[in-house]
Amino acid sequence: MGSAGTEGGLITARDAGLVACQRCGQVHAQDALYCKRCDGRLQSRDTESLQRVWAWLFAGMIAYIPANIYPMLLTSTLVERSESTIIGGVVELVEYGSIGIAIIVFVASVVIPIGKFLAIGYLAISVQRGSQDNQHQRHKAYEVVEFIGRWSMIDVFVVAILSALVQLNTIATINPGIAAVSFALSVIFTMLSAQSFDSRMIWDVNRTAE
Amino acid sequence: MAGDGISMVNPGILRANNRQTLLDCKDIHVPDALPPLDDLVACPQCDTLHQATDLPDNARAYCQRCGIVLMTSQPAAIARILSLALTAFIMMIAAISFPFLTLDAGGLHNATSVIDAVLAFDEGLAIPLAIAVAFFIVGIPLIRLGALIYALGPLVREQPIRVGARKAFGLAETLRPWSMAEIFIVGVTVALIKVAGMAAVTIGPAFWAFAGVVVITVLKDQLICRYSIWEALEQKAG
Repeated sequence: MGSAGTEGGLITARDAGLVACQRCGQVHAQDALYCKRCDGRLQSRDTESLQRVWAWLFAGMIAYIPANIYPMLLTSTLVERSESTIIGGVVELVEYGSIGIAIIVFVASVVIPIGKFLAIGYLAISVQRGSQDNQHQRHKAYEVVEFIGRWSMIDVFVVAILSALVQLNTIATINPGIAAVSFALSVIFTMLSAQSFDSRMIWDVNRTAE
Repeated sequence: MAGDGISMVNPGILRANNRQTLLDCKDIHVPDALPPLDDLVACPQCDTLHQATDLPDNARAYCQRCGIVLMTSQPAAIARILSLALTAFIMMIAAISFPFLTLDAGGLHNATSVIDAVLAFDEGLAIPLAIAVAFFIVGIPLIRLGALIYALGPLVREQPIRVGARKAFGLAETLRPWSMAEIFIVGVTVALIKVAGMAAVTIGPAFWAFAGVVVITVLKDQLICRYSIWEALEQKAG
């Protein structure tokens, strides 16, 4: 009996021989397949979670490469035609003197995606290794990744608005580049990767190791 | 292990009726005898069991282990969620009907609605992206609002729930991370600054309607306590 006791005497539904619904919190006997309250599918632990996490994560990282190499925006004015990449757009903003906005774009399109790749990879590896360290910090990291990932979409929306707005025939036109598509895909794939991660696994280890 | 704990619980017999249940952070220790299953709540993120009890108004209950909010107790939350969702729905219709931004440069004039912004990606490979953006900023927010109104409407009028109400609420919650209206507004701000040097931009009524949708949606989502709504849906299922 005592083996179930962990930190502060808290036990999980699985330790108690139960299975909990992740949508509504209702607890069921272990053999239940569907939640009686919300009809959601019940799974004590998502055993294929890590496979899906890695698959989406790699897809996201691969899509992020062309997103940085190819142009995001194609601008043509009376005198010139220019293409700007993600980083190019940030540099342009700095040159206009909009440092604050440049920082927002840089954080949303570079810092957050790369931080997400690292954070999800770290979470997945630490769960695979059965790490018992920093469970609270890792759970926090998971929450931050889930919350903040969507904000990377800012740059895609900037491109969408700019290319709709700036259509003044010969004077100036802005069109989306191929990088806009791959960047959007990268964000979507990493969001799916984060959603595939079953955070309950972070907390499982100290029980199985005991 | 704890297997003998569960054998004492016979799920299905015990039902909590008309419980204004909200949770207390009472820890559950080694389960010599577990409370009835309907009185238990498991944290969706770390699976820790808690026992549900009444919460005072305006209180929040957190998971004892990982610290996420498990439940909130707001008086008349469902009625407030419903009214905010209706407001946001109507404002969203306004936001997609009126001009969003207008650009003037060198005698040329271009008015953009939210739909135009979406259709910017209308060539070749970019079409799937156009569809995705349309969904992120207009489609999914509208679906979420519609589903909430459909699921919660009868609850406020104390009537039995509609067919598929539980599916509708589940859908609204699943789509939550994919509803990106607030991110779009920040994107628009960045775009305005980029264009400001090039041309005169006028902000149209739809921009303010859209900003209103964003604020109302945030307020509404703050009020949603999944546990209480699922429980209310269950009790009214008849």
